[in-house]
Amino acid sequence: MEKTKQKKSRITRHNKYGYIFLIPFMAAFVIFQMIPLVSTVFNSFFENYRSGLKQIGPNFVGFGNYAKLISSGDLLKYFGNTMIMWILGFVPQIIVSLLLSAWFTDPSLRLKGQRFFKTVIYLPNLIMASAFAMLFFTLFGDNGPVNSILVQAGIFSKPYSFMSHIGSVRGLVAFMNFLMWFGNTTILLMAGMMGIDQSLFEAAEVDGASANQIFFRITLPLLKPILIYVMITSLIGGLQMFDVPQILTNGSGDPMRSSMTLIMYLNKHLFSKNYGMAGALSVILLIITGILSMVVFRFTAADEVDERRKKS
Amino acid sequence: MSGAKTKAGSGGTAARRTVAYIVLIFLSFLCLVWFYVLFINATRSNGQLKAGFQAYPGAYLVKNLYNLFHGATPVVRGMLNSLVIACCNALLCVYFSTMTAYAIHAYEFKGKRAIFTFILAIMMIPTQVTALGFIQLMGKMHLTNTFIPLILPGIASPITFFYMKQYMASNLPGSLIEAARIDGAGEFKIFNTIVLPLMKPAVAVQAIFAFVASWNNYFTPALILSDKMKKTLPILIAELRNSDWKTFDMGQVYAMIAFAIFPVIIVYLILSRYIVGGVTAGGVKE
Repeated sequence: MEKTKQKKSRITRHNKYGYIFLIPFMAAFVIFQMIPLVSTVFNSFFENYRSGLKQIGPNFVGFGNYAKLISSGDLLKYFGNTMIMWILGFVPQIIVSLLLSAWFTDPSLRLKGQRFFKTVIYLPNLIMASAFAMLFFTLFGDNGPVNSILVQAGIFSKPYSFMSHIGSVRGLVAFMNFLMWFGNTTILLMAGMMGIDQSLFEAAEVDGASANQIFFRITLPLLKPILIYVMITSLIGGLQMFDVPQILTNGSGDPMRSSMTLIMYLNKHLFSKNYGMAGALSVILLIITGILSMVVFRFTAADEVDERRKKS
Repeated sequence: MSGAKTKAGSGGTAARRTVAYIVLIFLSFLCLVWFYVLFINATRSNGQLKAGFQAYPGAYLVKNLYNLFHGATPVVRGMLNSLVIACCNALLCVYFSTMTAYAIHAYEFKGKRAIFTFILAIMMIPTQVTALGFIQLMGKMHLTNTFIPLILPGIASPITFFYMKQYMASNLPGSLIEAARIDGAGEFKIFNTIVLPLMKPAVAVQAIFAFVASWNNYFTPALILSDKMKKTLPILIAELRNSDWKTFDMGQVYAMIAFAIFPVIIVYLILSRYIVGGVTAGGVKE
């Protein structure tokens, strides 16, 4: 009896270190995220910008900034641009990743050189996005090597101006996003596929199911939680799209602001010190991201409950 | 299984394997060709580049690099700045994320579950959303044009924390900590001399990711650093795009992009085994 009491007090004595070890994280979080977040929200209710040399505000305008942001139509336009470029990149990304991860994890295929291929397809994910965009800008320039090859090969009679057509700029941004992320998604999906009980595949094979049937009837349904996780995190990442279109179009989002994303718009307001509008835009982005994260949270939490039920 | 069936199955498998290899080789080509062209172009002179594309390297790499290092853009300084920021950020990030994970993993205290849920909830807040308040606060604290706003926030990295927490759940036996306590070691000493070394594989992987994220970061540094000698590589790249690049020596432009990209590729190729394995190890439940 006495012994257990002693042990308990020793444990509780140690347990205050739980709080102590949390201090650095909490302090850094409060200073660098919490206070900035609160002041961002606060700023969103004030009119505060420069007009020429004159400083306007800060004056309290309630939801005036939000109303202005929504009624101007720019917000919707840039949200549309962001979504179009995200979807153009994400659809091929998820299809290719599903295909590759199914191949990599298929024991009957016994693909050789898997490590080499995985290393190569993951590589673009680590490349500095701004330098990658600058590289594409030079390669796809009017006098760049891509045009030079296409003209030399006789495919085009004169250089195609990739940077002045809506489709080609959006396409290039989407293509770069695809290149940078399909390797990462493949590896995530592979982990999910390897987690599936192998006996299910064996049973299906014994029953004479084809590779396609196994993929669509067994792998895909069981992969749903990870697919949703991948999709939502990619969507959240897509909403933050910035480096690639910013550098590719030099921050203009040209032609005719058709590749201007939400964060590029925010960046513009931050540099021109229009803090009211920047604040309102940040809050809207925060709300969208919050809703999407809740969906992820729901699904992963539901997953955990399932796992616990299986264990018991 | 009957013999005929296996045979038919293996015929289909061979065809599928061929398709798989063709697609994989094509995708590998798509991933690598840009960097090959970048390398080739960095070795050619401005005149050669203007004349059209050639698929083999030229002899101007050293000349281009020489011009780059002696040009108006402080690229070497930019790389050093990037290196200092990324190293410090990665170190703080892994050390304190491990410490935070250890607090949640090893101790029982009031509000533990609530704190854990809270950290998971803030995981998805994009840094861009708080950027406005962040630059205002850093301005008030006289920290603009210093590296501190780019290094210290690494202490609170929910994603790294989550990875470490997952890793501890399967790789950190409680008995070891208990034994150290009986030997009379203090809690900080236990953390630094027993827990951290045990976490080495996870620390290495996360340090690489934190380093790369910080190294590639453009948004926040561009808002904080305006002093020419303080700028990081991504800002210098953006400035290159901003300038009237048509008048530039294109060999030098390619050399600068190569200078920003190739060090990461080389480091990646050396460490790729840990990186590719580390993507999933703690991030997603298996």
